[in-house]
Amino acid sequence: MTLPRKAGLGFKPEHFPAITETKPDLGFFEIHAENYMGAGGMPHAMLERLRADYALSVHGVGLSIGGPDPLDRDHLARLKLLCDRYDPESFSEHLAWASHGGVWMHDLLPLPYTAETLSLICDHVDEVQEHLGRRMLLENPATYVLFDDSDIPETEFLTEISQRTGCGLLLDVNNVFVSCVNHRQDPRAYLEAFPLNRVGEIHLAGHEEEELPSGPLLIDSHGREVAEPVWALYAEIVSKTGPLPSLIEWDNDVPDFATLMAEAKRASMILSGDHHALTS
Amino acid sequence: MRSHRDFARGFRESLAGGPAPQNATAQDPAEIERRFDVYRNNVAHGLTQALARHFPAIERLLGADCFRGLARAYIAEHPPRTPVLTEWGGAFPAYLADEPSLQSLSYLPDVARIEWARSRAYHAADSEPIAPERLQETATRAGTDLCLDLHPSVQVLQLLTPAGSIWASQQPGGPAPPRAKEWRPETLLIARRGISHVITSVVRSSTGRFVSALRAGDTVARARDRAGADFDLNAALLLLVENALIVGAGIETGDES
Amino acid sequence: MKTETTLGFATALTCAMGLASAAHAEDQAMEKCYGVAMAGQNDCAAGPGTTCAGTATMDYQGNAWKLVPAGTCTEIETPHGMGSLEPKEM
Repeated sequence: MTLPRKAGLGFKPEHFPAITETKPDLGFFEIHAENYMGAGGMPHAMLERLRADYALSVHGVGLSIGGPDPLDRDHLARLKLLCDRYDPESFSEHLAWASHGGVWMHDLLPLPYTAETLSLICDHVDEVQEHLGRRMLLENPATYVLFDDSDIPETEFLTEISQRTGCGLLLDVNNVFVSCVNHRQDPRAYLEAFPLNRVGEIHLAGHEEEELPSGPLLIDSHGREVAEPVWALYAEIVSKTGPLPSLIEWDNDVPDFATLMAEAKRASMILSGDHHALTS
Repeated sequence: MRSHRDFARGFRESLAGGPAPQNATAQDPAEIERRFDVYRNNVAHGLTQALARHFPAIERLLGADCFRGLARAYIAEHPPRTPVLTEWGGAFPAYLADEPSLQSLSYLPDVARIEWARSRAYHAADSEPIAPERLQETATRAGTDLCLDLHPSVQVLQLLTPAGSIWASQQPGGPAPPRAKEWRPETLLIARRGISHVITSVVRSSTGRFVSALRAGDTVARARDRAGADFDLNAALLLLVENALIVGAGIETGDES
Repeated sequence: MKTETTLGFATALTCAMGLASAAHAEDQAMEKCYGVAMAGQNDCAAGPGTTCAGTATMDYQGNAWKLVPAGTCTEIETPHGMGSLEPKEM
């Protein structure tokens, strides 16, 4: 069971009426796992209804796979409950950490890429996959600083994790662009080194730009349209891989549903090889 | 995992206001602090927003700037110990009560208690109301030994201030807040009717005691006796029935199971 | 014990159910409830919170903060006055 190789959208409750009324042609919806861990009420009622009509991707933000602490057993249990209840086509999490010493920072924090963190993360991914009884996808992060003790390139780090654990990868093209611009690296070189054959889903989102003395600082805000250079990278990826499940993420300053659909439509056009989509 | 653990501990100290982590680098090292600010800001902004979603009336009452300042102090003292943000913020009412500069706003912690109870009700487990025929049949057989199971979202707040009326006054199109001469304690019934509608009703304190007693497993007869003066059984039952809050009925046996 | 309740509460419940039946007839369709929720009672206030995104909105400040309540609380009169508000350095 995998996600359809079509465009999907992040589900926002305010769009529920528009979705149930118009039944838009979309490959899937994605939710943040932690938003559906209450016992009942409206969130689950909406999700049940959505799930009946669409493929579902459950995207976790709280497992802290890259953190030093053991994975939180209660949280794993909650994820299992959610996955068992909705049986999503995909479960994904982040190459990042979010908790330490029992405190959650609620941000996706960066980490040095070393032999030590590699083996830690592989153990965590193994544990998640075993616990949930399903293969997961791991997403590349957007980062704002690097670490001088990192001695493994991010692409190699992700390749190793994927090979050792059998997990798939979630390629966030905006994150690639944001990180590469922030670290004055070439996103195309990054994608050259990325194991595209392991990619089970693509994320596309908008970012903000600030100016530092040395050049731009991009912030992965998910608060606007996908930027043109990100669309261009996406088209290049798709021309190599063929169609992949592709999500439009828009989590802050959420627009009306039609605006999201326009973004999804543009992704659909690229997926179907229509290159006019790049110049629209 | 000693070194990664040390890294994470240091990173947290950096988030809390210390200098950026020692091993953090950037093409231009002079920019490290500014770049690290993105993380400091993501954490502060994300958690402040989460608290504001739980406590919108508190934010309105205090104003956005004051709320942000308080949120920042609260985050430092009571950081989330859960990855589920809707479960974080339960200590905020008590935190407001303890805040010396807010002592003159005696109703503020009570309004926060209402908002937290509403959040709990919103996410409470689902439970279908009992079928009228079943309730009727059980009530007839039970006589004075009738017990009622209430919806998991049902909460009673006995407050020393008119915080229910103040909360209502902060809602869009809400009534004017109570005046000083109308100042009196209020009892609130907070629960969810059906899938989505969270009710926030100011009720008689006797009704509150009755519902609390039912919640604790008392029979209807005992709950009525505990309700005290000015209790209106018919009105209390109507409140429960019309909001679909009676989800089961039973008969108390000698020793309650 | 009051005599009318030695027979139990069936009568009182019948009465309550009769009075409430009109409310029960109200359409409980999800969309309709959702509309009610969106109409301003903030039922969605406790809705989704997590995001995997960052923000460019600056909330983090390294400098001191003055804690001065300045919202609608200034319009609320209490038996102790209008709630005289003392600024506090944080």
